[in-house]
Amino acid sequence: MELNPIIVKFVYAAIVVVVIMTLCAYAVLAERKISSWIQGRVGPNRTALPIIGGVPVLGPFLTRLGIFQPLPDGLKFLFKEDVVPAHVNKFYFIMAPILSLVPALTTVAVVPFGQFVTEAGEVIPLVLANVNVGLLFLFAISSLGVYGVVLAGWSSNSKYPFLGGIRASAQMISYELAMGVAVLPVLLWVNAPGKEGTMNLFDIAQAQNGFWFAMWMPLSAIIFLVCLFAETNRLPFDMAESETELVSGFHTEYSSFKFGLFFVGEYAHMIIGSCVFTLLFLGGWNPLPFLTLEILGMDKGILGAALSVGIFLGKMCAMMFLFMWVRWTLPRFRYDQVMRLGWSILLPLSIANLIAYAVIIFYLDTAL
Amino acid sequence: MSFVIKRKPLSLMEKLYLPEIARGLSTTFRKLWEKPVTLEYPEQRPTIPEGYRGVPTLVKDPEGREKCVSCQLCEFVCPPKAIRITPGSIPEDSDYAHVEKAPQEFDIDMLRCIYCGMCQEVCPEEAIWLQNQFSMSGYTREEMVNNKEKLYELGGTLPDEHFKWKKKKEAAERSGGHH
Repeated sequence: MELNPIIVKFVYAAIVVVVIMTLCAYAVLAERKISSWIQGRVGPNRTALPIIGGVPVLGPFLTRLGIFQPLPDGLKFLFKEDVVPAHVNKFYFIMAPILSLVPALTTVAVVPFGQFVTEAGEVIPLVLANVNVGLLFLFAISSLGVYGVVLAGWSSNSKYPFLGGIRASAQMISYELAMGVAVLPVLLWVNAPGKEGTMNLFDIAQAQNGFWFAMWMPLSAIIFLVCLFAETNRLPFDMAESETELVSGFHTEYSSFKFGLFFVGEYAHMIIGSCVFTLLFLGGWNPLPFLTLEILGMDKGILGAALSVGIFLGKMCAMMFLFMWVRWTLPRFRYDQVMRLGWSILLPLSIANLIAYAVIIFYLDTAL
Repeated sequence: MSFVIKRKPLSLMEKLYLPEIARGLSTTFRKLWEKPVTLEYPEQRPTIPEGYRGVPTLVKDPEGREKCVSCQLCEFVCPPKAIRITPGSIPEDSDYAHVEKAPQEFDIDMLRCIYCGMCQEVCPEEAIWLQNQFSMSGYTREEMVNNKEKLYELGGTLPDEHFKWKKKKEAAERSGGHH
């Protein structure tokens, strides 16, 4: 079968965007459901679509699960009045929500979702742009997301958003460093002498057919995870929003679809964050440590590709669950606590971790 | 008098913070599987406690006689002036002609009613009761005014301990006029 590679890429891009947006919508539903279950409530259970909702047993079951809820949630954002307060800087005010969503969707380009193994045994990554600087690109672009938050806080021209924006930028700077240093041991291991140098996320995931990196670099994984929470502005690092003290932080002045963009952006960031954590530390699409699809003999063809994508998305969903689980467990840190944790604990810890692993990897390389 | 609550110094495990987070997570994870405490309102109804003060209603006695004699005490006592009574007389040929009076109109404006229960307290005939219904809704102001018919429909029949007027009639018949 000969297909124009450009058309294939377009189709794949369309699928990825649709899947990510759907995942965002259902992440919102999952958040609402999980929060209500943890709090002993029922959660959204009324919305029903006319035809599917009317099917005898299935309809009420799906309605009770709230499966149809994301649709009215989204429509609500579209149809509400879009208020632009008179005191805002209009250009940046409108640009901010776009700036917060675009980086999240751009980073999807370098995230591989699975592998496709041809009959000849050739491994093709299921990724939009299989670039060698994947991880670097991802860090560079995803950090841009904070510009949306900062711009929103500044252009709103009122107190609470401004404070939210300042907090977000300070937090982003503090945790970006520790995050970057925490992944270095992984890159050291993947790029050991004698191997081909790469920062490609696909190759990093493929390098975990034995130990997953979370298992033999647990400290890196924990630091990276904590920083991920901070980078995605999730509780307990909810500094940008802090709804108990800053009304709702940077998006206080936003309404309707602009608020919707921020909202989707937050969840898109979470999804990308979960994907990256899965790729870097949880073995990508390897079902279990030391057990790859190749060993199981199920890696070939369409079935193997579907299986790898399924395992990857399953791990990603587990990570999303962790995000929500932690959110409904922990209260928010105080601002000074966030700063102290970032600068005086996580950063030194990640540097010590880097040095320790550098020594270990050097020793392993020279000894073996 | 003031109390000083002593805070215990944190142990090493607590200082590490992550084990405590794990503990918190395990608590919320257990909660995840517990049965929700939600009362799903329109389908499930709360149990109304004894002596609940709901929507005020008019009641009939077990014989089906309307108990209100339109003395208008409730109208006078009503703090927000929600009750409006037009007194009327009972026709001579009725079985209850000796009761003499009954309301011709009896309106309670539920937009004014504050559910204080003073009408029930003041009623010498035990004719007005605040019963179990706790939600009133309507599309217009007129709809929110309960007229006599509606009030009897809401109230229904309650058991009577005294049969005051029946006893009065019997006593009058026995002793011929006075009692």
